[in-house]
Amino acid sequence: MLSPLGTSTVRKEDPALLSGRGRYADDLPVPAGTLHAHVIRSPHPHAAIVSIDASAAVGKDGVWAVISGEDVRKLSDPFLVALKTPVHQWSLAVDRVRYVGEPVALVVAESRYLAEDAAELVEIEYRPLEAVMDPLAACRPTAPVLHAEAKTNEISVRKFTYGDTKSAFAQADARVALTVDFPRLSFTPMECYVVIAQYSAAADSYDVLANFQGPFSTHPVMARALRVPGPKLRLRIPPDSGGSFGIKLSVFPYVVLTAIAARVTGRPVKWVEDRAEHLLAASSGPNRITEIEAAVTKDGRILGLRLDQLEDYGAFLRAPMPGPLYRMHGAVTGAYDIAHVDVTNRVVLTNKMPASLIRGFGGPQLYMALERLVQRIAVELGLDHIDVIKRNLVPAAKMPYRAAAGSLYDSGDYPRAVASATGDGRLDDLRRRRDAARAAGRKYGIGFAAVVEPAMSNMGYLSTLLTADARDKAGPKNGAVSMVTINIDPLGAVSVTADVTVQGQGHATVLAQIVAAQLGLKPDDVNVVLEMDTAKDQWSIAAGTYSCRFTPGTAVAAHLAASRMADKLKSIGAKQLNILPDDVELAHGKIRSRGNPDNAAPFGRIAGTSHWSPVMLPEGMAPALTETALWSPPELEPPSSDDRINTSLTYGFVFDMCGVEIDPLTYQVRVDRYVSMHDAGRILNPSIADGQMRGAFAQGIAAALFEEFKYDDEGAFLTGTFADYLVPTVSEIPPVEMLHQETPSPLTPLGAKGLAEGNCMSVPACIANAVADALGVRDVQVPVTPRRIHALIEGVGP
Amino acid sequence: MHRVNKDQRTRIRLTLNGRALSAEAEPRTLLSDFLRHSLGATGTHVGCEHGVCGCCTVLLDGVAVRSCLTLAVQAEGREVRTVESLAAADGALNPLQQAFQNHHALQCGFCTPGILMSFTDYLKRNPQPSEAEIIEVLSGHLCRCTGYSGIMSALLEAAGHSRISETDSSKDNI
Repeated sequence: MLSPLGTSTVRKEDPALLSGRGRYADDLPVPAGTLHAHVIRSPHPHAAIVSIDASAAVGKDGVWAVISGEDVRKLSDPFLVALKTPVHQWSLAVDRVRYVGEPVALVVAESRYLAEDAAELVEIEYRPLEAVMDPLAACRPTAPVLHAEAKTNEISVRKFTYGDTKSAFAQADARVALTVDFPRLSFTPMECYVVIAQYSAAADSYDVLANFQGPFSTHPVMARALRVPGPKLRLRIPPDSGGSFGIKLSVFPYVVLTAIAARVTGRPVKWVEDRAEHLLAASSGPNRITEIEAAVTKDGRILGLRLDQLEDYGAFLRAPMPGPLYRMHGAVTGAYDIAHVDVTNRVVLTNKMPASLIRGFGGPQLYMALERLVQRIAVELGLDHIDVIKRNLVPAAKMPYRAAAGSLYDSGDYPRAVASATGDGRLDDLRRRRDAARAAGRKYGIGFAAVVEPAMSNMGYLSTLLTADARDKAGPKNGAVSMVTINIDPLGAVSVTADVTVQGQGHATVLAQIVAAQLGLKPDDVNVVLEMDTAKDQWSIAAGTYSCRFTPGTAVAAHLAASRMADKLKSIGAKQLNILPDDVELAHGKIRSRGNPDNAAPFGRIAGTSHWSPVMLPEGMAPALTETALWSPPELEPPSSDDRINTSLTYGFVFDMCGVEIDPLTYQVRVDRYVSMHDAGRILNPSIADGQMRGAFAQGIAAALFEEFKYDDEGAFLTGTFADYLVPTVSEIPPVEMLHQETPSPLTPLGAKGLAEGNCMSVPACIANAVADALGVRDVQVPVTPRRIHALIEGVGP
Repeated sequence: MHRVNKDQRTRIRLTLNGRALSAEAEPRTLLSDFLRHSLGATGTHVGCEHGVCGCCTVLLDGVAVRSCLTLAVQAEGREVRTVESLAAADGALNPLQQAFQNHHALQCGFCTPGILMSFTDYLKRNPQPSEAEIIEVLSGHLCRCTGYSGIMSALLEAAGHSRISETDSSKDNI
């Protein structure tokens, strides 16, 4: 039988979603008496809260409570953060607001309409304070300090040295340096945040349903804030979620806020975020300023690298920040074989919404700097950009490759991937298009980007933020656990649960394929239930859907659980069919003799044995009713004493190449041709993989050309609607030619790597390189809007 | 013309997916909220509440409208169709829905009902649109998951194009 793995199938998820029968958080029934909440938000970027007068609002019919920061301070503790710095954040502003949109009070009423009416009666007096928006200005000693107890806005500075960078720079023929600014953006899932919370005074426990995405390392953060042990915060995740892209981690402060509201009112409370709130205050990727410099030989070989990365996390540092600064840390040298590298990582706070998880998670920021630098090396040395890339790629013979800062690149053949992408006349075609356009006086450029795409994060990577001594004191952090459970019902029907949260990736389809492959069933025979319940499902801090952990993690756990279940069923089958276990196979819905396929029983009959006849099972066997596999790969070691860290388990490769032309009238960037080569190891389901890559590509285009959260110098937020914050429609997404190479990972039994973030990392850098080539300029700021192109062409400010 | 006061709740009667229904609403109640919360038709999603994203698109007397920019009172006495009406009673998908499944035109599925309703209206009025016409109509919808390529392939199939766009052919390369 053809294994269902590796083949495209239609998705199990689709019929319900196409028929309006999805079960998203806001669709689910709520208990009778549920109240509705509305958040009152700060209009100031920085101000002291002088007073809150809610008397008129509370007196209104149907209004149950107006909750303020004072209430929250009494009933909860500030959220834990990775950095031991006195930056305290509660779920509502306490004493002071620090960004426009910060939650200040919560109105709880019998309907959302009533809550919003009552909010207009709440009088809040503020005393405005000076705000600081620019991350460089925020580092100056004269800057207004956001958190007085921290005494500075630059709350973490760590310097790392790998190899002998000093000598590398001393020996170099030349140095090439660049400063790169990466903006703030989100990928705005179409469904906003939803929380429904209940409180039981009898048990002092909370039961919360939220479209939270994980990582579940945030669960202890929420439980601690609510001052309850973990089991007293039951967190349930609905069966469907309207996209996430990292953003729905940041629903967690609202989980705590809504839980507090349930406690205060004694009623279930529901809060549904609206789009205006989402754009203003939900979450953003951090903006980063990178000063990067390479020591190079005259033929373009990079001998050493220095990076100074200043990342702006906005008004607070929320768990698990500053993740984007450290998630790529072991792989900071990207796709290149560079032995010597210095890295300085700095975390700064400004009066913007707090930054957090977003698809790509640190990759777009890193590669914008690294790949722009490689293009500059080519320009300054008079070389061809593609030759500089090829000269520095990690050679295939060095795989598996230990990168300077600690990542273990598990497999790949980067030079071959680049050769096939540029081959078949593709690069020649781009050059022809460029030459023809330039001959006609038009502005046309070619860009490249080479990207190593990490997947399944080492839960210990963030501890690289601490010094080795501090890490020793804090206790070891490392690894990442994945879990899948397979259950068999009395008639032998198979069902699966897993430690992921649904966001649209088609995990149910792929898990069914994996389990069906081991059990000799059709994927349709396997029922997958992915709603989560922390009180009843198995989970670890690594649970959730983020950083491409599904393929190298949960998928592997499914494979392991299914193989173990298959082994048990073979033993049971052997006894019932009177043959040896080695002669048993599971195929075509039967358990049968390999040598004599007629000696067979239906899968369900033998699989149900453990329910009906556990006493007659083979001697010593535990009933084959349920099998939970835990996958904990040993390669995810803690940071070494010299700060080397294998930040992820698998490392895929993406190579992008594009031609762009600048419209002479509108100054728009038109993508003329785009080629993207991926090596993500073994592909489990080609059409689902393709969907992930195309989705990431579109988000990469969005970051390169359209999306940016903007504030003015005083801190006002300028992109609060979809008319100001430009999400690309179908008209704005150019065609892309996706190419594939499959170099399986040797570190997982399935050989599959993550693939859903690579284009988020590569596309902004590739387009910026093409624009730099088209205009012959050194500095290109994304998103490359017509306004910015105009400024570059006319030589005036942005 | 029937007049209602600002604070007066009135009973709105309409036909939803062929069934006569009624519920109370304020004059300011949005049709999207009315469908979801008063009539229990949660297949219609709310994505932006300012008319940009298209998630909440429904048919009002057969014409696609943004239900977040429509008041419930405007639907009084009229016929509303939502995504729940598309599949057969036994769950069988209609050709447009089936094309979406065939071409992986959805991931999270949140924007999908609006797109299906827009094209239910549009393909009825223009059963064989060109690719450019499809792009123009689809531009009224935001999808964050797919990059639109699967949606385009599905819509081309539903519009009877035998040529499935170039974005789809590269899937064979995997």
